[in-house]
Amino acid sequence: MTKSQRLFEVYRTGLAIIIALLIALVIILLVSDVPWEAMKIFLFGPLDSLRHFGNVLEMMVPLLFTGLAISVMFSASQFNLGAEGAFFFGAIGAAFVAVNWNLPPVIHPAVAILWGGLIGSIFCGIPGFLKVKWGSSELVSSLMFNYIAYFFGLYLINYFLRDVNAGAMVSYPLAESAKLIMIIPKTKVHFGIIIAALMVVFTAVFLYRTRWGYRIQVIGKNLRFARYAGINTGRAIILSQVLGGFIAGMGGSIELLGLYRRFSWQLLPGYGWTGVIVAILARNNPIYVPVAAFFLAYMRIGADIMSRSTDMPNEFVSIIQAVIIILIAASSFLSKQRHKIVVKEAIS
Amino acid sequence: MSAFFDIIFSSHFGYSVLRVSTPILFAALGALISDKAGVINIALEGIMLMSALTGVIFSAITGSAFFGLFMAVLIGGFVGLSLGYFSLNLKTNVILAAVAINLIAIGGTVFVLYLVAGDKGISSSLASKVLPKIDIPGLKSIPGLGPILSGHNVLTYLAFLSVLFIWFFLYKTPLGLRIRAVGENEHAADSVGISVVKTRYIALVISGALAGFGGAYMSMGYVSWFSRDMTAGRGFIALAAEAMGGATPIGCMLTSLLFGFFDALSNSLQSLKIPYEFVSMLPYVATVVGLVLYTIRKTEKIRRIQERAAEAGGA
Repeated sequence: MTKSQRLFEVYRTGLAIIIALLIALVIILLVSDVPWEAMKIFLFGPLDSLRHFGNVLEMMVPLLFTGLAISVMFSASQFNLGAEGAFFFGAIGAAFVAVNWNLPPVIHPAVAILWGGLIGSIFCGIPGFLKVKWGSSELVSSLMFNYIAYFFGLYLINYFLRDVNAGAMVSYPLAESAKLIMIIPKTKVHFGIIIAALMVVFTAVFLYRTRWGYRIQVIGKNLRFARYAGINTGRAIILSQVLGGFIAGMGGSIELLGLYRRFSWQLLPGYGWTGVIVAILARNNPIYVPVAAFFLAYMRIGADIMSRSTDMPNEFVSIIQAVIIILIAASSFLSKQRHKIVVKEAIS
Repeated sequence: MSAFFDIIFSSHFGYSVLRVSTPILFAALGALISDKAGVINIALEGIMLMSALTGVIFSAITGSAFFGLFMAVLIGGFVGLSLGYFSLNLKTNVILAAVAINLIAIGGTVFVLYLVAGDKGISSSLASKVLPKIDIPGLKSIPGLGPILSGHNVLTYLAFLSVLFIWFFLYKTPLGLRIRAVGENEHAADSVGISVVKTRYIALVISGALAGFGGAYMSMGYVSWFSRDMTAGRGFIALAAEAMGGATPIGCMLTSLLFGFFDALSNSLQSLKIPYEFVSMLPYVATVVGLVLYTIRKTEKIRRIQERAAEAGGA
C-alpha cells in the first residue's frame, strides 16, 4: 500500500465512523426525552473524570486481546469465530490455577495467564485443524465450539470450583498472589494493559517480520499462490489459529485476574464478537488494533454512562458497530475515489 | 440405563423431538436456499432473533398471532434483502455483513424490547399471542405414532411441509433451477442470461423469510414470550445441519431431527441427575462430530474419484 492509499483508508474509516455516529445521534434524538443531554454524555462522558477515563482503558484491555487474536486468525483468511469461547475458557483455566495453586506473586499470574492461553489455543486450534485436515468449515465448527466452551466451562466451575457458601454460582476466591496489580490510582486499570501493549508489538513483529508471519500473510492473500510457492499451508494455517486462540485465552485470563475476585461470569462476555469489529477497523494490522480498541471502548463507556444517567439504553451501540463494520468492509464504499487515486499514481 | 431408554422410547420424547426440531428445520431450509445460490448466510441466527421479537410485539399490538407471524416473516425477508444489499451492492464480505446483522440483532432486540416492554430481559409485560396447536383428524388414531405426530403447533406441520415445498421449488421450478445454476457456476449462469445478482437477492429473501418462520415459532409456539438471546445458536446449528444434510431438503430434515433428538435429550436427561451443563453441550458436540464425519466422508469420496480418474488416465 502506498502512502496516499493508506491516507485514503484513514479517510474512508473516518467517514464510516462519522456516518455511524450521525446515525447514533439520530437514534438518540428519536428515542430520548432529553436528547441533547444524552448526546453530550455519550460523546464526552468518558472524559469528565479520571474514573470514567479509567473505565475506557479497562474496557480496552479485553478488546485489545480479542482484536489481536482475530487479526491473526483472519490474516490467514480463516473465518474462525472461536475467540469468544477461547476468551471464556481461558479465563476458566486461569481461575483453576488462581484458586488451586500456591505460587509466589508475579509467577502465579504468569502461570495462570499462560495456562489460560494454552487452553484458548486448543479451542481455536481444533477448528483450524479440522479445516486443514478434512475441509470442515472452520466458521461452523468454531461457532459450535463457543457453545461447547460455554457449557463445559460452566460445568467445570459448578462441579469443581464452586464456592457453595457464596450464594450465587461463583468460584472460590482467586488467590491474592494471582491477581494483577493496579497501575493507575483511583481506577481499576491493571497491569494487563501493559501485557496487552507487549502483545501488540509481539504480534506485529510476528506477522510482518518473521518467516511464519509472512507465510500466513501470503496464504491470506492467495492460498493457491502460497501452495504453488511451496509453503506448507496446512501448518501455517493451524499455527495462525493456535496463536489467535492463545492470545484470546490470555485475554480472558487477564480480564479475570485484573478485575475480578472470583470467577462469576454467567454468560459468554461477547468480547470475541467485538474483537471482529476491532480487527476490521484495524484491517487485521496489529499496529492499528490499539486505536480501534480505544475507539470502541470509548464508545461503549460513553453509552454506559449515558444509560445510567438518562433514559437511553446502552444497547444502541450495537447498531453503530454494525454500521461501521458494513461500511468499512464494503469494498464499494468510496471505491470510485479510490480508483481515481490509484489511476493518478499510475500515471504520475 | 433403563431409565434412559424409558425416556427415549416414550411418546412424550418423540413429541418433543419434533417440537424442538422445528426452528432448526426452518433455519436449515433457509441455509439451504442461500447455499444453493452460492451465498453462506450466517445471519440466520440474528434474523431468527429479530423475527422472534417482531412476532411478539405485533401479536401483542394487534391481538392476532397470525399477524405477528406475518410481520415476523416479513422482517425476516427484509433482513435477508438487506444482507443481499450489503453483500451484492456494497460488496461487503457476506460473512462480515452477517456478523454485523447478528450484532445488531443481539443488541437491537434488547434495545427495542426495553423501549416497548420496559425490560431488558423478557417480554412478559406484553400480552403477546401464541400460534395455535392443531389436531389433524386421523393422525391421532395411528397406533404408536399418533401421540408423537398429533397436536403440534401449526408451524411444526408447516416446517415439515416446507421440506416438500422447498424440494419442489428447487428442483421443479424455473426459479429453483436458476438458483441452483447461480450457485453451481455463476459465470455459466450469467452467460446464458440469468441475472446472478437478482437470483441471489431472491434466494436471500426466501432464506430470511424461512428464518423468520423459525423465529416466530421460538417466541409464539415453543414458548409464549421473547427473551434476550433466546435463539441460543440455533441459527448456527442450522448451518451445520444444512452442511451435514448434504445440501438437500430431505437431508436437512434428517439432520434437523438428529439435532432435535439431542436437544430433546438434553431437556429430558436433566431429570436423571446428569449435570445439566454437560447435557446442554450435547447438541453442539453432536453438531461438530456430525460435521466432521460428513466432511471426512466427502473428502474420502473425492479422493476415490480422483484415484479412479488417475487410474483411468493411466490405462
